[in-house]
Amino acid sequence: MTYRDAIREAIRKALRADTRVFLMGEDVGRYGGCYAVSKGLLAEFGPERIRDTPLSESAFVGAGIGAALGGMRPIIEIMTVNFSLLALDQILNNAATFLHMSGGQFNVPVVIRMATGGGRQLAAQHSHSLEGWYAHIPGIKVLTPATLEDAHGMLLMALEDPDPVLIFENALLYNMEGQLPESAGPVDIAHASVRREGHDISVISYGMSLWKSLEAAQVLAGKGIEAEVIDLRTLRPLDDRTLIDSLSRTHRALIVDEGWRSGGISAEISARLTEQAFYELDAPVQRLCGAEVPMPYAAHLEQAAIPQVATIAAAVEGMVRPRG
Amino acid sequence: MTDRGHLNDLLRQMLLIRRFEEKCAELYTQQKIRGFLHLYIGEEAVGVGVMQAIRAEDAIVSTYREHGHALARGLPAGSIMAEMFGKQEGCSRGRGGSMHLFDAKQRFYGGNAVVGGGLPVAVGLALADKMQNRPRLTCCFFGDGAVAEGEFHECMNLASLWKLPVLFVCENNRYAMGTRLDFSHSVTDLTQKAAGYCVPASAADGMDVLAVEKAAKSAAEYVLSGKGPYFLECRTYRFRAHSMYDPELYRDKAEVDEWKKRDPITTLVRSIEQEAGGVDMAELERQVAKEVDAAIAFAEAGTLEPIEDLHRFVYSEKPA
Repeated sequence: MTYRDAIREAIRKALRADTRVFLMGEDVGRYGGCYAVSKGLLAEFGPERIRDTPLSESAFVGAGIGAALGGMRPIIEIMTVNFSLLALDQILNNAATFLHMSGGQFNVPVVIRMATGGGRQLAAQHSHSLEGWYAHIPGIKVLTPATLEDAHGMLLMALEDPDPVLIFENALLYNMEGQLPESAGPVDIAHASVRREGHDISVISYGMSLWKSLEAAQVLAGKGIEAEVIDLRTLRPLDDRTLIDSLSRTHRALIVDEGWRSGGISAEISARLTEQAFYELDAPVQRLCGAEVPMPYAAHLEQAAIPQVATIAAAVEGMVRPRG
Repeated sequence: MTDRGHLNDLLRQMLLIRRFEEKCAELYTQQKIRGFLHLYIGEEAVGVGVMQAIRAEDAIVSTYREHGHALARGLPAGSIMAEMFGKQEGCSRGRGGSMHLFDAKQRFYGGNAVVGGGLPVAVGLALADKMQNRPRLTCCFFGDGAVAEGEFHECMNLASLWKLPVLFVCENNRYAMGTRLDFSHSVTDLTQKAAGYCVPASAADGMDVLAVEKAAKSAAEYVLSGKGPYFLECRTYRFRAHSMYDPELYRDKAEVDEWKKRDPITTLVRSIEQEAGGVDMAELERQVAKEVDAAIAFAEAGTLEPIEDLHRFVYSEKPA
């Protein structure tokens, strides 16, 4: 089973369990989904619930918000994060604000999924990692599943949430193979997760960068450095406690994030660690982020613009003196 | 022949909006009301006329110039005034203000202050109704300015494509803030725009409440028949400035005066005189003044939400 299959399985379960759930987006039906996530669902559930839309991001995201207000539980798929900017007004000015503007009267239980991330030579209008931007917005939740279990379970959990939830699926993960237990169901979205224990440094990451960080940790282990690798899982709200607990064990932190460095989610995490756990630190918190350029097409340039296993390992080595 | 009680009721509603908003302007200069304040004065026939076609179970999505819609829908005047005073007894607990009036009981979904931003929400509310086989419609108000937004075109297409029960009501007051219709639209007959989406359309005299009511009832009937959305353009005029900050450099006073001759309130009074022998305006004014005074008293007596509650209503406090 792949990450893609895990998401599809969650959508299928939700559609079977709750008649209010439907999937809507560009090419989700007859085409089977831009990343084949919804392949086969049209035949099973029909065009009312697997709803192909015109290329009208603002209208169909806004319609998802309206349908949620009208008692439905829509799952909106946006092809890629860059296109979500066409619907940013609806997400920020409507989905995230209705509950507050109405003094608590109108909550918006909409789930919006989209692909994110670079590494596929799709250049500067299909490759950015803007989930950190979205994490700036009060009123929404921002999920970044990195594992099959999270891809599946976070979607199910998002559908149980009374408020808008955005799910960012790193497109390089869709083909990732793994196991999903028969009993898999909704998972907690309130906590970060320690994916590898270590005592020398906390490497904090999410999405595709998590897997690179884990691989870097393997490389570093061969050099006598034990990195603790943390999967943020949810970018809003951030789970400060898990991060601080880890820092209290390792006393060093590197944040790895494909997004641009200036004003990014890494900056936010760094600030929180410094504010709340300054005296745990043996060294300044460091960030390894995407280069501050629109994503280039040429493979060697693109690879250089994104954190890689080697650059993560090198950054850690620059922060930690190997023992013995 | 329309019955006299109904005509009087239409008149009372329009007069209430007029007097309520005149007070709002006064209270604004006294700094009781702050922020942006957009008055509906001159356009009362549209909100009151359209609302005659909207039933309790239907939904309304409105704009930032929505005091008239809210009053005509039946939101208590006191809760609207308290909202503008920033009091927690307001219809949005003081979180929204003049531009964001909400009321779940009345299915009044704002008060949306990004031009065009309410249209997709209306399409979604109608989609939910259609998917759940609920025989009701969503009435979406917007101005001529919104017709230039991409959302208008996306939503006309989507609502038509999916045959959704949306009554699109364009309040064409000829100005997008200070930009006249012919400076912002290549096609100034806005009903023509609907044709591109196979949405039936008509234009009504937005200064005549009876004409608006008739057009809205026929439009609502079409929408409820399940054939899809309808585009109703109401040609109207705003007598006051765009907001309290507008020096009105973009239009002549003569133009405003010309439109004032077609004041929807005096027009209706004339109709009543012709058809039903007149109306006791002094008595009506007294009733309306009493209601407005009560609204102000309610707002004055309202309380401020404690600052400790600042972070409430960002996320739900109740389960889904």
